[in-house]
Amino acid sequence: MSVAIPEGARVIFGRPELLTDRTNSYCPGCGHGVVHRLIAEVLGELGLGPRTIAVAPVGCAVFAYDYLGLDFVEAPHGRAPAVATGIRRVRPDAFVLTYQGDGDLAAIGTGEIVHAAARGELITAVFVNNGIYGMTGGQMAPTTLLGQRTTSSPRGRDAAFHGYPIPMTEMLAVLPGVAYAARGSVADAVSIGRTKRYLQRACEIQLEGRGFAIVEVISNCPVGWGMTPVESIERLKEVVALEYRPGVIIDRTEP
Amino acid sequence: MTTRPAPAASDPRRPVAPGSPHRGRRVLMKGNEAMAEAAIRAGCDAYFGYPITPQAELLEWMARRMPEEGRPFVQAESELGAINMALGAAATGARVLVSSSSPGMSLMAEAMSYMAASELPVVVINVMRGGPGLGSIGPSQSDYFQATKGHGHGDYRVPVLAPASIGEAMALTADAFELAERYRTPVIILTDGILGQAMEPVELIFREPPRIDAPWATTGAAGRPPRVVRSLHLKSEDLEAHNRHLQAKYAAITDREVRHETEHLEDADLVIVAYGTAARVARTAIARARDAGLRAGLFRPVTLWPFPSSALRDLAARVAGVLVVELSAGQMVEDVRLALEGRVPVAFTGRTGGMVPSPGEVVAALRDLATTAAVPDGRPER
Repeated sequence: MSVAIPEGARVIFGRPELLTDRTNSYCPGCGHGVVHRLIAEVLGELGLGPRTIAVAPVGCAVFAYDYLGLDFVEAPHGRAPAVATGIRRVRPDAFVLTYQGDGDLAAIGTGEIVHAAARGELITAVFVNNGIYGMTGGQMAPTTLLGQRTTSSPRGRDAAFHGYPIPMTEMLAVLPGVAYAARGSVADAVSIGRTKRYLQRACEIQLEGRGFAIVEVISNCPVGWGMTPVESIERLKEVVALEYRPGVIIDRTEP
Repeated sequence: MTTRPAPAASDPRRPVAPGSPHRGRRVLMKGNEAMAEAAIRAGCDAYFGYPITPQAELLEWMARRMPEEGRPFVQAESELGAINMALGAAATGARVLVSSSSPGMSLMAEAMSYMAASELPVVVINVMRGGPGLGSIGPSQSDYFQATKGHGHGDYRVPVLAPASIGEAMALTADAFELAERYRTPVIILTDGILGQAMEPVELIFREPPRIDAPWATTGAAGRPPRVVRSLHLKSEDLEAHNRHLQAKYAAITDREVRHETEHLEDADLVIVAYGTAARVARTAIARARDAGLRAGLFRPVTLWPFPSSALRDLAARVAGVLVVELSAGQMVEDVRLALEGRVPVAFTGRTGGMVPSPGEVVAALRDLATTAAVPDGRPER
């Protein structure tokens, strides 16, 4: 849909070209929409849309292909890094992007993400961590915080019973194949701006052929967390961000 | 006499380039290595694998040869990794090979279902070993059910090709790519530890099937609307429509691509139904049985799915009994019984765990069948 722009006026904000105008299936207040928009902005600004083959996960973001105007391959649950490896190896000219949640990347797909990172695959991985299985009704995820109540940890996550949350991006960052690892957040405008810069750097690193790049984005799940959107953003800032601290975790491209 | 009732899926068979130094050259090759080289010469763009006995020589051949050809080879972190790499590569329209052995095939089951649903052409070689569980590393045919009826969840089928010699395995490797791309489906080549690891003299004839357009492949949405390779159809109506499409495709494959071969059936009273290595044993047993006065012949399915049911049913009118020989506790025998619908007695003999039936055991089973099937004095009235 295009709107005629009056003479003398200029567009200062609009929908990125790569973001479709379809109504999305995310719950009110969900952070996935923000991350989708950032991806659309960054790929658009780098001119990567026509070269991109993206890999969709299993989970709430499986429909990413409906909201981003990119070629997409839908991976089995957790296997996006392996699927992306196959794409990357036969399409050296493509830009390859994976999008995974925390259940997909840090539980069922642990093996695939670790080995894609260890091989230094030229992939840009986006890892949205909201600490819960949203699509299946709010069960405990590998990144669920200690004490957090979920439908499968109704008395709160107990280390003695459920084990500890996994700091996946810090774990991946120790691998020499990982050129860049950063953690952003969707908590406020400043965090979102920083997250966009992390995503941009993670894309450039693939273009430079430097190695595997991952951006974790801590995000909110108001419905899964049993909160209003505003409360969930407060928890993201005041609780989650203290455990999963935003910032650049490693940048091996720095001299 | 050997007949091939159904036309080869690969017709016309493209000869190697005139003047090729390999034309007609005979060499001794391991099955695993011969299939690997046949895949390379068939234009395989990428190979993904994980070490497992008795298919490791295939992976090792690819590890050496694919980089020589400037093509991708990845030793994956698991069979899950390997088959999903294949899924990704195939989604871009590449010609892709994966190989494994029985326990690894169980791990690949998930992606088989996704690839069938997303209609991705990938050739998967299973060099079967004894099961269940970790089983043995000896030859086996105990993955017949898995290959023809199962692997993953959902309503889908996958063509299964069963070579009985290393030379045939090479030809079927090229055919498998062609079938996979023509019908947009995974294709399984079902072999076993003997065919994989034994050496046989083979003629070095290779074939590269022609490429066909892949207007569905994800290549980057430059100058066209985005494409999505997917298996999720959340609306029940949509998924049913997709399933109808898949079933129509399976019906077309069943109509056109069934293959089997027969030997010594002209005067046969008894017929052995066997595929792969078991057919090799059966061939020896048939020669011995004929020396002893038992007129036996061989019916060898080359496609296990689609199963040559109607050719087998036609045969029932001419013979007194059928013996199924397998390196399993009896799996294909169920399809034989379904095809024959009780028209003639069906007996079974097989060994498991990596053991191979001897020709003597098969001849003994033929004698038992001859007794119950009343051969040669009079065939049962039908």
